[in-house]
Amino acid sequence: MLFTELLKMAWRSLAANKLRTFLTMLGVIIGVTSVIALVSVGMGVKKNVVDSISRLGSNMLIVMPGSFNRGGPRGAAGSITTLTYDDAEAIRDKIKNIAHVSPTVSGSYQVVYGHENWNTSVTGVVPEYVDIQSLTLKSGLFFGAHDVDVRNRVAVIGSTVATNLFESVNPVGKKIRIGNAPYTIIGVLESKGQSTGGQDQDDVILIPLTTAQERLVGITYVRSINVQVTDSDKMDEVQANIEKLLRQRHHIRKGAEDDFNVRNLTSLMETMTSTTTMITLLLGAIAGISLIVGGVGIMNITLASVTERTREIGIRKAIGATYNSIMLQFLIESTMISIIGGIIGIGIGVVAAQMISKFGNFTTVISGLSIAASFGFALFVGIFFGMLPARKAARLDPIDALRYE
Amino acid sequence: MANVVTITGVKKLYKMGSETVAALNGVDLRIDEGEFVALMGPSGSGKSTLMNILGCLDRPTVGSYKLLGQEVSGLGDDDLARIRNRTIGFVFQNFNLLPKLTSLENVALPAVYAGLSSKERTALALDALKKVSLSDRAEHLPSELSGGQRQRVAIARAIAMKPAILMADEPTGNLDTKSTGEIMEIFRDLHRSGSTIILVTHEPDIAQAADRQILVKDGKITKDILTAHSTETIDIV
Repeated sequence: MLFTELLKMAWRSLAANKLRTFLTMLGVIIGVTSVIALVSVGMGVKKNVVDSISRLGSNMLIVMPGSFNRGGPRGAAGSITTLTYDDAEAIRDKIKNIAHVSPTVSGSYQVVYGHENWNTSVTGVVPEYVDIQSLTLKSGLFFGAHDVDVRNRVAVIGSTVATNLFESVNPVGKKIRIGNAPYTIIGVLESKGQSTGGQDQDDVILIPLTTAQERLVGITYVRSINVQVTDSDKMDEVQANIEKLLRQRHHIRKGAEDDFNVRNLTSLMETMTSTTTMITLLLGAIAGISLIVGGVGIMNITLASVTERTREIGIRKAIGATYNSIMLQFLIESTMISIIGGIIGIGIGVVAAQMISKFGNFTTVISGLSIAASFGFALFVGIFFGMLPARKAARLDPIDALRYE
Repeated sequence: MANVVTITGVKKLYKMGSETVAALNGVDLRIDEGEFVALMGPSGSGKSTLMNILGCLDRPTVGSYKLLGQEVSGLGDDDLARIRNRTIGFVFQNFNLLPKLTSLENVALPAVYAGLSSKERTALALDALKKVSLSDRAEHLPSELSGGQRQRVAIARAIAMKPAILMADEPTGNLDTKSTGEIMEIFRDLHRSGSTIILVTHEPDIAQAADRQILVKDGKITKDILTAHSTETIDIV
């Protein structure tokens, strides 16, 4: 009964000073809004990273050439040219629990069709590349093992290349020139859009690996070998076996360093996930500070209000208000400010997150957890910072308070 | 008649630096049910301290205070608050109404702290307003009332919980002669209907309304006299 009355009293007192109540609330509103908006940006970054890694396929191992380190300055990663198509074939043939093996080489070339020309990345791949990258074709076909074996001059192009060279004409069957040699287009890829880094994933031309090696780039090695493992439990085992096999094939003596690297995308993803989670927490914590500042604002105003209402407190105590009823009255006021401010902040925060993703070209993820956490924190701040003024009010001596002018 | 207030050997001491000052220095006092007592004395005499102790706003440093037979000198703040809520009604010189509450809400406020339901509160408040003839001003804010009316609302608030003692501290100090007459008439009415009233004043005219005058000086009761008239005689005349 008394509690309901205290709620009403607090509400009336807040409503009587609307501007002041709103300004006090503003601190909480800004705090909650920034927590929700910033955390949504952080979670968006995390989602992008996870998406882009998982787009490379699950259970992926990537074999990359190592760097020179036999005396003198070390070369860049990939400067060793010992990783070959044969290594890839050997991995496929000799190691168990492997779903796909996809070696690649690539380079940047000027591509010409009629009067149009375009500079793009040309990648030499094997047919398994389609499965490992989950590619789909908009029209035409992908090349087969035979094309790789006989080094056919055929190409599958991405949609950006298609638009730039052909506009509305169907490219399938047309001949383009890559590095002055003619290639027949046999397929067009379905658009994949932009990658996390802002790269256009449709600005590609895929040709058979052997064609790229021998007829275009003129090399015998490969840039990387992507290996998809059948089962995530087998990742470490397969990785060890690949390392063993390649050391054997490359005649690396015991104790000498590998001339290649095997990277586990799953563990890479774990690292990236934990990093982005850290970033999200950091953003949330920074925004949380503004919420604490908002709490200090509540404390400040409530303290001023207690002083201003000293006589009222004296009257209430004289007619029988206990310590708790005075304390609750003020505590309810500060808690109401933080609850209402929190709700408004959630509303603005959600809208802000959507605006950021719409106009800021950012992925944002609004999570129930961040909403609940920021609201909970706002509530805590309201109670915590309301406690000091409320106790000050409740402790006032009625005689002094009544005498206060 | 039943004993309402019994004070024995009460002292109130304050430390002023190294010195100890006695605001009250050994007071004994008995007030019976239905008495109308005027507590008089110059400022600094200790009468305000005595009133604060009688009103359970303060505690004596030494001595015993029995209110309705219960020893209250050793009670904690919250127990004293409950006693003020149910057993004592206060009327102040400057009315001390809450400016944002209507007359009815002001009068009902003690009942809020007593934890009564909205229905009970309104009934008590309306009843009290009726006793001070302000039923028609129930929905007015204090700022819409005259000084005399405000003090009547304050009296209604003080009597709403039907307290054992009604304490009035210079209740007419801020009022004109006409309102003073009205207010004193209300006190006399309440007295006739059996209320125990303690009136603190420094005006002998006002004190005349009481049956008994107590003079406090230098922290002690120096005079305790029954006035010429008593309620009974007035009633008869």
